[in-house]
Amino acid sequence: MKKMLKLFGVSVACMALLMLFACGQAPEEKKAEAPAKTEEAAAPAKEEPKTVTAGFVYVSPIGDAGYSYAHDLGRQAVDALDWAETFYAESVPEGADSERVIRNMARKGYDIIFTTSFGYMDPTIKVAKEFPDTKFMHCSGFKKAANVSNYFGRIYQARFLTGLVAGEMTKSNKLGYVAAFPIPEVIRGINAFTLGVRKVNPEAEVRVVWTKTWYDPALEKDAAKSLLDAGCDVITQHQDSPAAQEAAQEAGVYSVGYNSDMASFAPKSHLTSAMWNWGPMYVKVMEQVRDGSWQGDQSTWWSLKDGVVDIAPFGPMVPEDVKADVEAERAKFMAGEDVVFAGPVKNQAGEVVIPEGSTPADGDLLGMDWFVEGVVGTVK
Amino acid sequence: MLKIRKRDEPWKWGALVVFLGALLFSLLVGGLILAGHGKDALHALDLLWQGSFGNAWALEGALLKAIPLFLCSLGVAVAFRMQIWNIGAEGQFALGAIGATWMALTFPDLPRYVLLPLMFIMAFVFGGVWAFIPALLKLKLRVNEIISTLMLNYIAILLLDFLVFDAWKDPASFGFPMTPEFTPGAVIPSIGNSGIHWGLFFCVVVGFGLWGFMRFTRLGFELKASGEGARVAKYAKIRYGMLVLFVMTLSGGFAGWAGCIETSAVLGRLQGSLMVGYGYTAIVVAWLARLEPLNIAFASFLLAALRVGVENMQLELQIPAAFGSILEGMILLTVLAGQFFLTYTLERRQGGE
Repeated sequence: MKKMLKLFGVSVACMALLMLFACGQAPEEKKAEAPAKTEEAAAPAKEEPKTVTAGFVYVSPIGDAGYSYAHDLGRQAVDALDWAETFYAESVPEGADSERVIRNMARKGYDIIFTTSFGYMDPTIKVAKEFPDTKFMHCSGFKKAANVSNYFGRIYQARFLTGLVAGEMTKSNKLGYVAAFPIPEVIRGINAFTLGVRKVNPEAEVRVVWTKTWYDPALEKDAAKSLLDAGCDVITQHQDSPAAQEAAQEAGVYSVGYNSDMASFAPKSHLTSAMWNWGPMYVKVMEQVRDGSWQGDQSTWWSLKDGVVDIAPFGPMVPEDVKADVEAERAKFMAGEDVVFAGPVKNQAGEVVIPEGSTPADGDLLGMDWFVEGVVGTVK
Repeated sequence: MLKIRKRDEPWKWGALVVFLGALLFSLLVGGLILAGHGKDALHALDLLWQGSFGNAWALEGALLKAIPLFLCSLGVAVAFRMQIWNIGAEGQFALGAIGATWMALTFPDLPRYVLLPLMFIMAFVFGGVWAFIPALLKLKLRVNEIISTLMLNYIAILLLDFLVFDAWKDPASFGFPMTPEFTPGAVIPSIGNSGIHWGLFFCVVVGFGLWGFMRFTRLGFELKASGEGARVAKYAKIRYGMLVLFVMTLSGGFAGWAGCIETSAVLGRLQGSLMVGYGYTAIVVAWLARLEPLNIAFASFLLAALRVGVENMQLELQIPAAFGSILEGMILLTVLAGQFFLTYTLERRQGGE
């Protein structure tokens, strides 16, 4: 027991020391940091004025063929520029851990930090306050600050186009959607897909199953199977794995991919995919940082026209006339028209939510929490 | 020739030697893996050091991460000491966060010195009740607590989901699943100008308190005695059932406090990203530390430092995040395997034998 007392005494002493160290160190550290910062600021002006550094924070591993993979392709496009250097951290949990990773990046003096998942929003804002000279871009959220802008892409345009294909290809008129979380981003995708489906096939319905996961291939596959059992003959998904496509191929029905071109995972079933293509946007933002025109407090939603979203090449089973129809709609987006949520749009109860002749503002799209007519499922 | 012999007396400083040896071995193997991938292993280890201990900011990050681990581990260890297998720290952590959030959202305008204690009390009650349920089931219906505590984790997380997706969802969050931000009175402040919050101080107090309780009170003694088994306890006329209920409530309450601190000091609101598995890691930490409070403080700090340090290495060298898990797994495995040498020793076989 005496030994334990002694040990505990030592432990408390250590804790106290550490605390003292932490408290005592903090102001010192700040002092130490200040000159370091001016040095950093001065250094690029002297020798290499063109080098712009960027940090990327990803929520999942970059090898997942999904969301982070798509962002990382964008990062590689930036890295290929001879005046830009990039760093990334993958599998960073949202919440407390991300705050530390973002702060570490800011401390390393990167010019701009891209935080690519919704859950990084509060941490990004928090760290941005501590590092007013660092630029931040947060993906898919709604908060902004003097040195924080947010960005996202109108993936719903690509979803709408894939819906057109799926609506033409279904025979049972039942389509399955393996959905991640009931948040606006996902709901928007489901609605856009359904509107596409029902534009060409007003009889069809889209059945939704929530997995409450971003990356859990086994669970997502099971969810896809439950939709197949319910008679769905086209399956799509909003998670970061191609498990739903694989389930569709095993059952001998069609599938629509998301995030990247998922043809290689289910070549016999893959009709097309709604794809992210972050390269052009990241390169553009980096150019803005380089020439000083980058601005905080902005919201950027790039669209199909800007090349940030698109659909993957069609599978061999898609007939020519369907391809032509989809290409015609795609041409409208390319011309700058955005017809996806143009009124009249009804909700599940059949009430008109978006009246004829109007299109919802971006704020309404950002907070979309209701399903359009034709979706079978709840937003909870 | 070597032969294995059981030690006659415990190996003084043995635990430390084994631990350091295991750490060195794991770092060596980790370095070899990195070298095999064409990275500079020495530079990598330096980055690991810089990111975990070598800087004030690194220490700060490690300490912050150690706080929830320490409290959860302490709770788990108390129950384990009595051979009650509480695997439910994760759920009790979630319930604690829920209890604290309930107070923060119900009385947003109370001053800090009233609101924070309220949150801590409610976190303890919620976490404690969540652990009390399986204890009661164990005593009355002989339900195995390993199963029931584990299952309650899932219920707790679903409850948390329901609250952030539905009942407590911030109307101003554009439909995103999270509660409104806490008012300043509900946020645990930082210690001075540092990045460390007062939760660290709370950990020290709780650690001390638990040690004193186990050392000086009759209840604490009975608790340790019961750890020898229910029959021993009954023979010694110790109220075993009462103790089980008590120890589980305490265990859950500690995890609940961890949830409260994490929600209040770090996130500033309740949201799903709160749950990153501290409750499960706590079990590993508790065993690694052989259930001793002092060791738990060290083990949770070291594990936190390792995780923080690996991030730095990943960022600078662009190695996969999985490398961190590999290194961590290797260290845990070698430390546990090294425990062999605490009870046994290798000695040279004598020629005459």
